[in-house]
Amino acid sequence: MSTPGNSEPCIKVLRAGPLALLQDSGRFGVRHLGVTQGGPADLYSWAWANHLTGNPWGTANLEITFGGLQLVAGRDLEITITGADLGATLDQKPVPLWQRISWKEGETLAFAAPISGLRAYLAVYGGFVAEPVLGSVASVTREELGGFCGKGTKLAAGDQLSVYSRGLQAGEGPVQVPCDAIPDFSQPAVLDLLPGAQIAHFTGRSLFDAFNTWWQVDDRADRMGVRLTGPRLNCKISTLVSEGINLGGVQVPPDGQPIVLLNDRQTIGGYPRLGSLSPLSAARLAQCLPRERVRLVAKGSGAALEQYRSFRALFNTAPR
Amino acid sequence: MNQKPVLESAGLDGWIIRLFDTIDEHNLPWLSALSRRCEQAFGDALIDLVPSYTTLLVVFDPLMVSPCEARATIYRILADLEPEDSRHAGEIHELPTWYDTSVGPELTRVAEQAGIAVNDVIDAHSQQVYRVFALGFAPGFAFMGLTDPRLECARLGTPRKKVPPGSVAMAGRQTAAYPTATPGGWNLLGRTSASLFDRNREGFSLLRVGDQVRFVPVSREAFEREGGDTTPMEPLA
Repeated sequence: MSTPGNSEPCIKVLRAGPLALLQDSGRFGVRHLGVTQGGPADLYSWAWANHLTGNPWGTANLEITFGGLQLVAGRDLEITITGADLGATLDQKPVPLWQRISWKEGETLAFAAPISGLRAYLAVYGGFVAEPVLGSVASVTREELGGFCGKGTKLAAGDQLSVYSRGLQAGEGPVQVPCDAIPDFSQPAVLDLLPGAQIAHFTGRSLFDAFNTWWQVDDRADRMGVRLTGPRLNCKISTLVSEGINLGGVQVPPDGQPIVLLNDRQTIGGYPRLGSLSPLSAARLAQCLPRERVRLVAKGSGAALEQYRSFRALFNTAPR
Repeated sequence: MNQKPVLESAGLDGWIIRLFDTIDEHNLPWLSALSRRCEQAFGDALIDLVPSYTTLLVVFDPLMVSPCEARATIYRILADLEPEDSRHAGEIHELPTWYDTSVGPELTRVAEQAGIAVNDVIDAHSQQVYRVFALGFAPGFAFMGLTDPRLECARLGTPRKKVPPGSVAMAGRQTAAYPTATPGGWNLLGRTSASLFDRNREGFSLLRVGDQVRFVPVSREAFEREGGDTTPMEPLA
């Protein structure tokens, strides 16, 4: 696979923007230590960025939230940008998303501000070089784990990023995503919720409201979780003895406003939950800006499993 | 264990196994036995196990195991689950702790509330061997209990923005030591020089669920000698 040979810094950060983080698929087998999962908030776009670039599943790429990032290439690179449209340009010329492109030495890649969606993914052929911490380079700023320096820090102006060299030419394989696989983040998100956990303890009225309301994404939203505002949901139990919480868990604190738990959530929590979003719906929610509307739809685990397995099958190819 | 353990869906790739309803250190041998059996039964398909006070969250790879298959596996384990032998109880850790109002400003509050002297609070807190019920909140943060009922105390009304690493604290009938600097709303009693989250240690965290912990009172000199930071806490605003 990747070799660290010829991995001198070849990308320089001119401007960091509010939040750009290195993310591989996440940190696993460590949650019993109180260490969270991390990894890409939008797994779908992250996976396509790697795939179109010719990187195997799990390769670390950059998650750029909100834009503002400016990078200059120190050598010719093959890249793909997926996820949100943050108005990316190469030397001021608009860049096509969801397809592999060339980034020539000396050119400046700049992200502006969200046009649709919130988080863009930048994959570079070969993958970024970083030392794993607890088995992963996923950046979790709160835990000070992962990233380029191992301390979970976001990119800063002046950072020099290294990329594994895997020959001059990117491999074969798709360079462009099928049109129907590109999500339209300008449309309100419809999110699949697998009922579970303490759903039986919510009142009938609350269950009706949960699935028949346009919820609004609150500005209290980050990589730990996204708060939704709308009708107050009432649960007959207000707190639980703390227990493990999984990605996409929809917890309802006593104020009745649900919080969907994302990649950087705490490992245990004590609020009743309606269930969990499917992994792809959690990914979709991570692209929502504050004040956007979302809908929750109950989905059976069979259908959600089939959807997730077909998604993963797309990337189940030998590393090139 | 409850007459009938309950399985609750935790999404496409997880089940919560609820063995008990209340916090009790006698839950631990059952939960650790269940963890071990899940490790064996799921093998490579196991992603994560999160034991907590009364439950175990099992996270598996949904490409290898469906939620239905996972549930069947868990029911098979529960059918003949036996608690782990108490001889296998977790490691015993002694945490050298400097109890002092400069680094543990709530010592006086807890003493006043209990109607006992500060020294009695220190004795009551340090004479007990605690069990680790759960890790969470922050990497390596171990929730331990249960403390002497006289020491029971509510969280602070307003959490501190920053609690220094090593701070020994209580809330309700639980106790903990902060592994890293984080915000925190627990009552501070003192500070330990033990390194609770160390990048040079396998798994980083000193404490694991099921471990036993005793806080050992030490003098300021001994605390400093072990590398403890004596910087006093700022008073609460």
